Amino acid sequence: MAILNKEEAQKLLKKALSYSKADECEIFLTGSEAGNIRYARNSVSTAGEIGRLSLVCSSSFGKKTGTASIDEFDDASLEKVVRRSEELAQLAPENPEHMPLLGPREFPESITYVPATAAITPDVRADAVAKSIQVCKEAKLQAAGFLENTTDFVGMMNSKGLFAYNKETDVIFTITTRNEEGTGSGYAARGFHDVTKLDTFSATKIAATKANGSIGARAIEPGKYTVILEPVAVAYMLENMFFGLDARNADEGRSFMSKPGGGNRLGEQLMDQKVTIYSDPFHPELPSSTWNRDGQLMEKRSWIDKGVVKNLSYSRYWAEKKNVSPVPGPGNIIMEGGTESLADMIKNTEKGILVSRLWYIRMVDPQTLLLTGLTRDGTFYIENGEVKFPVKNFRFNESPVIMLNNVEALGKPERSISVESYRSYLVPPIKARDFTFTSLSDAV
Amino acid sequence: MAGMGLGSLVLPKLPFGTRMIDPAEALQGGMDVAAKKQLADAALNAAKSAGASYADVRIGRYLNQFVVTRENRVQNIANTESFGVGIRVIANGSWGFAATNDVTPAGVAKTAAKAVAVAKANAKIIDTPVQLAPQKGYGEVSWKTPIVKNVFEVPLKEKIDLLLNVNGIAMSGGANFVNSALLAINEQKYFASTDGSYIDQDIHRLYPNFNVTKIDKASGKFQTRRSLSSPVGMGYEYLMPRPEDKVGGIVTRYKDRYDILEDVKNAAADVTQKITAKSVEPGKYDLVLDPSHLWLTIHESVAHPTELDRVLGYEANYAGTSFLSLDKWKSGNFHFGSKLMNIVADKLQPGSLGAVGYDDEGVKCGKWDLVKDGVLVNYQAIRDQAHIIGLNASQGCCYAQSWADVQFQRMPNVSLQPGKARLSVEDMIKDVKKGIYIIGDGSFSIDQQRYNFQFGGQIFYEIKDGKIVGMLKDVAYQATNQEFWNSLVAVADERDYRLGGAFNDGKGQPGQSNAVSHGSSTARFNGVNVINTARKIG
Repeated sequence: MAILNKEEAQKLLKKALSYSKADECEIFLTGSEAGNIRYARNSVSTAGEIGRLSLVCSSSFGKKTGTASIDEFDDASLEKVVRRSEELAQLAPENPEHMPLLGPREFPESITYVPATAAITPDVRADAVAKSIQVCKEAKLQAAGFLENTTDFVGMMNSKGLFAYNKETDVIFTITTRNEEGTGSGYAARGFHDVTKLDTFSATKIAATKANGSIGARAIEPGKYTVILEPVAVAYMLENMFFGLDARNADEGRSFMSKPGGGNRLGEQLMDQKVTIYSDPFHPELPSSTWNRDGQLMEKRSWIDKGVVKNLSYSRYWAEKKNVSPVPGPGNIIMEGGTESLADMIKNTEKGILVSRLWYIRMVDPQTLLLTGLTRDGTFYIENGEVKFPVKNFRFNESPVIMLNNVEALGKPERSISVESYRSYLVPPIKARDFTFTSLSDAV
Repeated sequence: MAGMGLGSLVLPKLPFGTRMIDPAEALQGGMDVAAKKQLADAALNAAKSAGASYADVRIGRYLNQFVVTRENRVQNIANTESFGVGIRVIANGSWGFAATNDVTPAGVAKTAAKAVAVAKANAKIIDTPVQLAPQKGYGEVSWKTPIVKNVFEVPLKEKIDLLLNVNGIAMSGGANFVNSALLAINEQKYFASTDGSYIDQDIHRLYPNFNVTKIDKASGKFQTRRSLSSPVGMGYEYLMPRPEDKVGGIVTRYKDRYDILEDVKNAAADVTQKITAKSVEPGKYDLVLDPSHLWLTIHESVAHPTELDRVLGYEANYAGTSFLSLDKWKSGNFHFGSKLMNIVADKLQPGSLGAVGYDDEGVKCGKWDLVKDGVLVNYQAIRDQAHIIGLNASQGCCYAQSWADVQFQRMPNVSLQPGKARLSVEDMIKDVKKGIYIIGDGSFSIDQQRYNFQFGGQIFYEIKDGKIVGMLKDVAYQATNQEFWNSLVAVADERDYRLGGAFNDGKGQPGQSNAVSHGSSTARFNGVNVINTARKIG
């Protein structure tokens, strides 16, 4: 078994640490058991089960650090990995950014582990996929999808007495439905800690509706439009911004959070007042670990409050240099929204484009966070509060920071996943004006 | 998708469970071939007795070394090793796969049984049984990347000193920040199958790179210029410059050997010039694209859409499908590009990232045409797809990023052939009235069927009436794939031919990374739409 419980992990870590002769030593023990099933053309293509257990040891003498690891766990192997990291530390150059290890502290137990998800078998995955394929066969569509469940744990112990443990489960499901002629395509994505919340049947129904609804897309001129981005599009569009909330990059002048003339934009009103973004390890819809790999406590923290930049992450090194408290980066991201449903948002729109999903987003210019990418799997024209007809996909060139300045309305937040990183976020559908589409694409 | 981490200078995210090792340990041979054969046979026998009609086993030892620096400091030195076994089976007509780091007779037997259980669970929901192209067993064979100097044998200090020297040159050349890295990979993989192959391969890849940043504090603007190096299927010899491998011109570019110290000096000058360069006027331009740039356009617009799994719909849920549908291929007259467009798939090209003796399902590798005189003539296929395009053998395009991942169709090296008529880059530029000369790869994005794309670059020069008149910035071009390749009007001859490549090309679910090269000579495309990418926030 690659998954150890808290006591088993603590015992193994304690034994490994007992071999240390360095000034400081820190050890991570990680294990994972994952199962996946992939299907296309209404049939399973590949599927697998993977188990891994590994131990990583870092030793330091002064500011010199060496790291080594092993995936064997007898006493001789444990001693060997500790010695090897000590030898590497002696060979390494001094790192002026080295920070001393943190001492012991209590971390509250997280709510990231759900036994039902850990208990998924190949047959459970096959049954879930069978339901999805059935929907597509009945709708005369082709299904291509993916379901993956993971159980993993991380244990950490250091020579200053810090011990932390977390166990987590995750299941993700994505489905693309296309018609035989290749003129319509729909998509749905789901991600949960708890598999009992996953309904592959209804998710596939939504994707099928999008596929049939997107047939016969008309070409309309690219340009600036009011858009409604569904949560799966929002998660992907904002992901680059979520990862860019770092003080050091900003202070160094090479981030959208840099202030002209020097410094960063902490405290500035950078977005519309409707925008509030925060992290919370105990959010029931999107829990996360209560500690990070630096041994820091993860707490509820505001990043953007009513459009004002409230926090940027500070590594322990950068915090010391700037004489502020360290701020760990976000463990999860929750963006507040309103109470409107997507249907209500459409109803309240005079003219606009409904975007189901975005694709192949890449950074064009990091100083403005200008991104390019395309719409995909269901793009529709809205007029007088109704979806009138499907439109051809667009390429966009837009900055999420500019988009969040142009927010007109936010809907009810829901858990969604980024279609590239598969990270989960809790985000609302967003209605924003002047979103910049720069060309048309023939892709379906 | 090209790209996961492409051009990124931070330490790549290691596959979960990857372990760090002493550099000296990397030089040990690991498990000997006889022991691997014994374990492989145990796995194959366990799979067969559990009901598999076919099985293959990959015992892999994957070594990485990353040295990552910024300015005057080393940020990270990581030596990692990942050792384990992946077993793929067909049972009741369905694929199954399982992997473990427990590389013992009991561990592999248990894992083989697990793979068969996965296959049997899925067999009840498959439409048609897997059909494998016939493949003869090769017996016990081996292949090695023909390296001159093993990166893992070069003392760590030499590599650290080189990168810190690079950084020093950048800073004294006026840069505000510089990141540099040296990424080395060694895949020691052993493949065995119930067809009777036992294939031992030792594969090396290297990617030295840097990124120089210059900040204009008053305006709060910054510019960057990345290295013009390429990831290669070579040893440390790539970093030993030779005059014959330098391509002169407005900035020096490199063939089979790279002069990192010279390039960083040029980069510091380029990035300073970029700060004050003219912001591009949007509109139609003739583009002259250097191989250090064009490789990425070839990768996205030609190599991905000719992947047969995409054409058939197997990637529909992630990377997408392809506009190069089977009917276009069958017609025999689908003009993807102009007559100058000759594209070759090649798994053998020396120094390339994709060069191997055998693919990850035991097929000997080769070379074939994808586009001939502008017409689509072939795809990239593996064993369970070959019959769909009427082939009786796989084209050897199967790859898995590690023992823990199932192998599937990945692209070979895909390259534009040089022009047959003698033509230098200088002569090509002489004919351009209003154009942009682009060097180095930058931002990139393409739709899920590969129709519409947008590319940036590293350095842009304005061409007016046959002459380079100055540097431009904020440049990106957008085009429709088939129109773009039909606007190809000139390709420089073989003297200019060079390889570029992707060190981390992402595809599949769960996502996997592949390394692949793309060669070309400088090429000219007429009347391409260029946009200005400058924006203002706050």
